[in-house]
Amino acid sequence: MNTVATPLPARSRVARIYFSPARIGIYVFLLTAALFFLLPLYVMLVTSVKPMSEIRMGNLFAPPIELTFAPWRDAWESACTGLACQGIRVGFWNSVRILVPSTIVSIAVGALNGYALSFWRPRGAGVLFGILMVGAFVPAQVMIYPLVRLLASVHLFSTLPGIVVIHTIFGMPIMTLLFRNYYIAIPQELFKAARIDGGGFWRIFGELVLPMSLPIIVVAVIMQVTGIWNDFILGLVFAGTKNLPMTVQLNNIINTTTGERLYNVNMAATILTSVVPLAVYFVSGRWFVRGIASGAIKG
Amino acid sequence: MIMANAANVSINNLNIRLGTNQVVAGLNLEVEPGEFLVLLGPSGCGKSTLLHTIAGLIDVESGNISIGQEDMTWADPKDRRIALVFQSYALYPTMNVERNLSFALRVHGVDKQEIERRVTRAADMLQLGPLLRRKPAQLSGGQRQRVAIGRALVREADVFLFDEPLSNLDAKLRTELRRELKQLHQNLGATMIYVTHDQVEAMTLASRIAVMRSGMIQQIGTPAEVYERPANLFVATFLGSPPMNLLTGTLERDGQAVRFTGGHLACDVSHYTFRMPPMPGTPCVLGVRPEHMRVDPAGPHDARVALVEPMGNHRIVWLDYHGVSLAIVDRGRQPIALDETLRFSFDGEHVSLFDEESGQRI
Repeated sequence: MNTVATPLPARSRVARIYFSPARIGIYVFLLTAALFFLLPLYVMLVTSVKPMSEIRMGNLFAPPIELTFAPWRDAWESACTGLACQGIRVGFWNSVRILVPSTIVSIAVGALNGYALSFWRPRGAGVLFGILMVGAFVPAQVMIYPLVRLLASVHLFSTLPGIVVIHTIFGMPIMTLLFRNYYIAIPQELFKAARIDGGGFWRIFGELVLPMSLPIIVVAVIMQVTGIWNDFILGLVFAGTKNLPMTVQLNNIINTTTGERLYNVNMAATILTSVVPLAVYFVSGRWFVRGIASGAIKG
Repeated sequence: MIMANAANVSINNLNIRLGTNQVVAGLNLEVEPGEFLVLLGPSGCGKSTLLHTIAGLIDVESGNISIGQEDMTWADPKDRRIALVFQSYALYPTMNVERNLSFALRVHGVDKQEIERRVTRAADMLQLGPLLRRKPAQLSGGQRQRVAIGRALVREADVFLFDEPLSNLDAKLRTELRRELKQLHQNLGATMIYVTHDQVEAMTLASRIAVMRSGMIQQIGTPAEVYERPANLFVATFLGSPPMNLLTGTLERDGQAVRFTGGHLACDVSHYTFRMPPMPGTPCVLGVRPEHMRVDPAGPHDARVALVEPMGNHRIVWLDYHGVSLAIVDRGRQPIALDETLRFSFDGEHVSLFDEESGQRI
């Protein structure tokens, strides 16, 4: 009888909660907070589709009277970064060329490290892992100059492979931590069974461990794509002038002042630059939260 | 039928250390070809460690292990011609049943037809045929363990190792798979080493049982030997449910006869087969299995009834005998009241005598 009777009061309690003053208060607060954080994006979007004449009037929040997409085209094709006036697209493709190999290589290295550290546990694995983790907390600025010398000595400084190596190195601690923590939760017996079945290092990695890693690979891709896309300092220092990423180009566009500041073009260029991480967040917010949780809390 | 090349396993003076912990010390063990040896002991006694060491998953500190006359002490697990079935099944979650079964064969580059043949055979033996396309997550516990056993079968290994394979199953399935395992051993004739803490599994499956405690084998023998003639007090109390009744006392010589006298009990043990001539006056422990005690109105001893546990086909009568708790397995039907004084008897032949100090059988 009990089991039949209990759901009814529970359901009516749920219904009451939706309309309680406290609930309404919470929603009002959340809505206000959301609007507040969306305001800058709104201003950027609105400004980017106004002609300069409207912007000069100074109504920051006013919607455009004369809708124009010319600033977007200018930002993409003809905005000037210093002397070159080819728009931000050059930076976009540079960033893509940096992003794709850097993401793949850094995740591959992280997965392999995590696999070796959690399953094979070579002698000194704990110490190695400790050193890697310390590496994650050393400020990047400290390492820049030694790394410049190092890359220069192997002729990789100011090249595309050079910046890929740099992103792999800086991504290694967090990628290793992410994969190690994921693998450590997989029962050792699985790995032992595969060893008895004759699997070697690569065979077990490729046929058993990697297919099981799909969820964490998705998380790693999200983290690396946003991280590498948003990078400024590493790209500026290591990529070389031919490969400067979009973030650096954006800075150059905005800081190139010849005559009037083209706020609408600047806004359009900024939105274009943030499209990739924004898209990643929108498409995969849930995975991203899971990744943060598994990387930061479980360690 | 898959015919395995049953191999012997011989372990000499084995020491295993995990960190600072000496888990197994100076262990010797001979497993005959085709034997079903059960390693039985409480948790933490080193039985699983020993099994994993035989499999090559744990390094030995000293001593050696040979399988089929070949020294395998430092061989890689895959080269030992063994198969291991884990308690947690350890099925590869991303592969379906068929690929789980064939993984080892694919790794070893066995040709497709042979793989097909062996997988089909193993699947037939274990009734896995309809499940071949399923992923492990879509199987029940019993089916998963069948796949795990099947994965060992297709290897056609010389020695099969089982690490508490039935512990994760419910009672009914456990009994069922236990029977299947025994049948499988009879069909294959392969050497099997089986770790368990469940004495029923040990008694029903084993051709020999090795009872372990603290990394040492306490006794090794057929189930009947280990049960009837336990080598020490640990084995005596570990095996049997309810455990053996124990009474302390001394041995006395009375002409030709030898008598055991406890506080309130005297018993003729002249027919007991002593390992060495009994020394009069030795403090010792008398052990009697509950099924060797009888409710007997004409019996020489009496005690207060403390508890009666009905078991269906029999009942266990717990007696309070001058402060010592005794159990009797009784198949009678007459009512027994609590606190009633009950007369009982046992015969001096079916007892075990242990030295009180060392706990060893005398």
